[in-house]
Amino acid sequence: MATTDVALHEAFGQREPKRVVNNMSIQVATVNGSGSQSSNTVLLRSIFQMGVPVSGKNLFPSNIAGLPTWYTIRANKDGYIARKKEIDFVIAMNAETAQEDVMSLAPGAAVLYDEPLKLNALRNDLIFYPVPYDKLVAPVCPEAKLRKLVKNMIYVGVAAQLLGIDMAEVEKALRKQFATKVKAANLNLAAVRAGFDYATANLTKQDPYFIQRMDKNQGMIIIDGNSAAALGCMFAGVTVVTWYPITPSSSLVETLIDYMKEYRIGPDGKATFAIVQAEDELAAIGMVLGAGWAGARSMTATAGPGISLMAEFAGLSYYAEVPGVVWDIQRVGPSTGLPTRTSQGDVLSTAFLSHGDTKNILLFPCSVAECFSMAQDAFNLAEQFQTLVFVMSDLDLGMNNWMSDPFEYPKAPIDRGKVLTKEDLDRMGGFARYKDVDNDGIGYRTLPGTEHPAAAYFTRGTGHNEKSGYSERPDDFEKNMERINKKFETARAFVPRPELMAGKSKAKIGIIAYGTSHWGIIEARDQLRDEYNIETDYLRLKAYPFSREVHEFIEQHERVYVVEQNRDAQMLCLIKLDIKPELVTRLRSIAHIHGLPLDARSVTDELTSMEGK
Amino acid sequence: MATTTATPTPAPKVNRIGLTVLDYRGGKTTLCAGCGHNAISERIIDAMYEMGVQPERVIKPSGIGCSSKSPAYFMSRSHSFNAVHGRMPSVATGAMLANHKLIALGVSGDGDTASIGIGQFVHLMRRNLPIIYIIEDNGVYGLTKGQFSATADLGSKLKTGVVNDLPPIDTCAMAITLGATLVGRSFSGDKRQLHSLLKAAIAHKGTVMLDVVSPCVTFNDHEGSTKSYKYMKDHEEPLQELSFVPAFEEINVEYDAGTTVEVTMHDGSRLRLSKLEEDYDATNRIKAISRLHEAHEKGEVLTGLFYVNPEAPSFIDMLNVTDEPLATLPESVTRPGREALEQVMEELR
Repeated sequence: MATTDVALHEAFGQREPKRVVNNMSIQVATVNGSGSQSSNTVLLRSIFQMGVPVSGKNLFPSNIAGLPTWYTIRANKDGYIARKKEIDFVIAMNAETAQEDVMSLAPGAAVLYDEPLKLNALRNDLIFYPVPYDKLVAPVCPEAKLRKLVKNMIYVGVAAQLLGIDMAEVEKALRKQFATKVKAANLNLAAVRAGFDYATANLTKQDPYFIQRMDKNQGMIIIDGNSAAALGCMFAGVTVVTWYPITPSSSLVETLIDYMKEYRIGPDGKATFAIVQAEDELAAIGMVLGAGWAGARSMTATAGPGISLMAEFAGLSYYAEVPGVVWDIQRVGPSTGLPTRTSQGDVLSTAFLSHGDTKNILLFPCSVAECFSMAQDAFNLAEQFQTLVFVMSDLDLGMNNWMSDPFEYPKAPIDRGKVLTKEDLDRMGGFARYKDVDNDGIGYRTLPGTEHPAAAYFTRGTGHNEKSGYSERPDDFEKNMERINKKFETARAFVPRPELMAGKSKAKIGIIAYGTSHWGIIEARDQLRDEYNIETDYLRLKAYPFSREVHEFIEQHERVYVVEQNRDAQMLCLIKLDIKPELVTRLRSIAHIHGLPLDARSVTDELTSMEGK
Repeated sequence: MATTTATPTPAPKVNRIGLTVLDYRGGKTTLCAGCGHNAISERIIDAMYEMGVQPERVIKPSGIGCSSKSPAYFMSRSHSFNAVHGRMPSVATGAMLANHKLIALGVSGDGDTASIGIGQFVHLMRRNLPIIYIIEDNGVYGLTKGQFSATADLGSKLKTGVVNDLPPIDTCAMAITLGATLVGRSFSGDKRQLHSLLKAAIAHKGTVMLDVVSPCVTFNDHEGSTKSYKYMKDHEEPLQELSFVPAFEEINVEYDAGTTVEVTMHDGSRLRLSKLEEDYDATNRIKAISRLHEAHEKGEVLTGLFYVNPEAPSFIDMLNVTDEPLATLPESVTRPGREALEQVMEELR
């Protein structure tokens, strides 16, 4: 028996001594603006490089500096990377929240704390590791004003020692983090070592948590969803980007700017793109429409409040049939809501964004890989269907780091949709912009600048006929609206199909979810099977409008739980509108609105309680 | 058989690119008979025809209102985009980003610009986007039947007797302050002046802002209105006599350098300003703004070219975009190769 196990056994006589390997949740509590983001990324990367599946979630305030922030790292050998509610190992750096952070822990959890906080006096059923950060930081960081930042690197060293993370991996992660800043890397590495050495000399391992080398992450990457989306847009051939900063979408465009500067400057030194920061979201979407109308692949990125402001233009895009892509990195609303917390609250409002009969195509990425691939789907669909396409990401996906297989280079060529050239017009003589020539509801368009006397047409949001002439005739209006609806019906077969994950045996219960809820669902399904013997089938939605698989899935199950991160069961409402009335009673809602990423246990608990278990 | 020889029909007059004035016409107007906007449409047709502009290169974005309907009534061979109220600037900006070879002629009204659209107007002016922005300014909302707009003068009276008690927004002073590089005011009834200003606008590279007082015969042409035909005829104070010599015309008419100033436009065209006001200098921004404020104090309706800077870099120059329109770049240019993705993936491992 190892000495650590003896210590644990003695401290908690009621517990069986055991080692918990590669299965833990670490929470780092700091003050925002203290540079803890770098420390946390190094810790996350070190575990990743140890080959252990891992995720990192930043819970931060809407503030620049001085308010509490928490970073949660989950390492799990089985690949569960959803948020876990229970915290096993706390790194308490924030005096303001330390007491509450400690009081909320389950017995047996470990607390690594700043010695002067004296947290060990609070409870006797936890394991405490005091670290005198101020004493340790002074010798490694002579420059006093940098100490606040460097201090946070010390806990990386302490945690590495206690958890058994290889220091070589920590150094590698740290050198990557400070890639171009050798001086900063050396300074921070000294701090990590100071922490590691302190722990070796002064702390006795008492908690059961260990990181052990595995081989699950071979070839994988770590990236956040917004960066993945930016890459996807670049490889989708975006040419015009107009935006207005709003959390949590800003980093999408900011990262895109960096990538485009690197990969999209022509041999003549000139940009093959234009990125413009607009004066507000009204202008950002107006520019998207102007550019899409004139033939560019145009996009913007925003969040709920921006979506609200874009409503009028969304209707113009729908009715005048102008392509464009909008990324909605959803956060908690209504109003300013919780601007730095995650949500799926814009589903219903975006599906019908604008006045009159408007229906928009929505895509729901669940992973960074889908942020990349759906960027391409979105631009192709927007130009094929000559309408806005909304990609409904969220803060959890967009701003947090995720492991992923490397992204696949796009297989299909870019599809620019039905655009007539001068040569087409030479042959045809003329065209009717809004005529359903191919019986799919989609008309042909021309781009401004096409050098043919019959190329021009009049784009308007007012009533118009097939030839784009002004019309208030009831029959013209009705026919046009029916045709646009036909486009939407056509789109059902062109949007990404849902993914079915069947149970191990025939299941009566179905689960429907989408976006980042996916990660909690896959874990919850295992909990349901292992702990309650409940088998489930799971359909992950990827798009609105729904394809026939959604209808079939509901037909095949007695009860279907629709899990989502909003109060009003918004996706369930959309499904209700789409299915046969007799199927509606099969739908049940599991809804979460607290702004934290969905965890498996909440889903399991709610589903079993609704199942009467 | 007749013995007389048939007189050949005279070939229709064509411009330098071989088009007749008919090639610049639009649909039949549905605006009120006598509406100033129709006269402005006519001036646009003439100016575009005389300048030999390829109609297919022109786009006509507009907002919402009587003015913004007017692009349907000129240049049918040009693409039009009748957008949403007050937000033509963003649509025009997007279109020009997509294809900077286009010539944007934006039409707005005083309500569309100075009230709901003031935010987008302000930011358009500061970017110096290549666009001709025309405000067809009648001081009232026509389509909603005659409410005051924000350019209505203090003390101006509605038909119903309601008196405007708020000061007007001077869109020209604003445009100059914010960075527009060719700014003027005209009157739909001043055929010669408007014609010259429009031709200079076509030759200019950058934001042109023309506020054209254009009386509303239905709601704002009565006694007590300051935007009526009669009021304009009585109060218009032109700063200069304008004449325009396009770059493609080699006409050298002598002029008196003492009373006339010549401004060379970016494309080599020349705009001649025969001064009516001796010390006015249309290249001096600060003086231009000060003169406009002075006009308000004196109750003058100042018209003419207020400010011009032919050499300021345009928004397109600043963005350093490739010469080919972004809209039609091929996939080989817009989608980086496999090695680029592989490089990024490697950095993320």
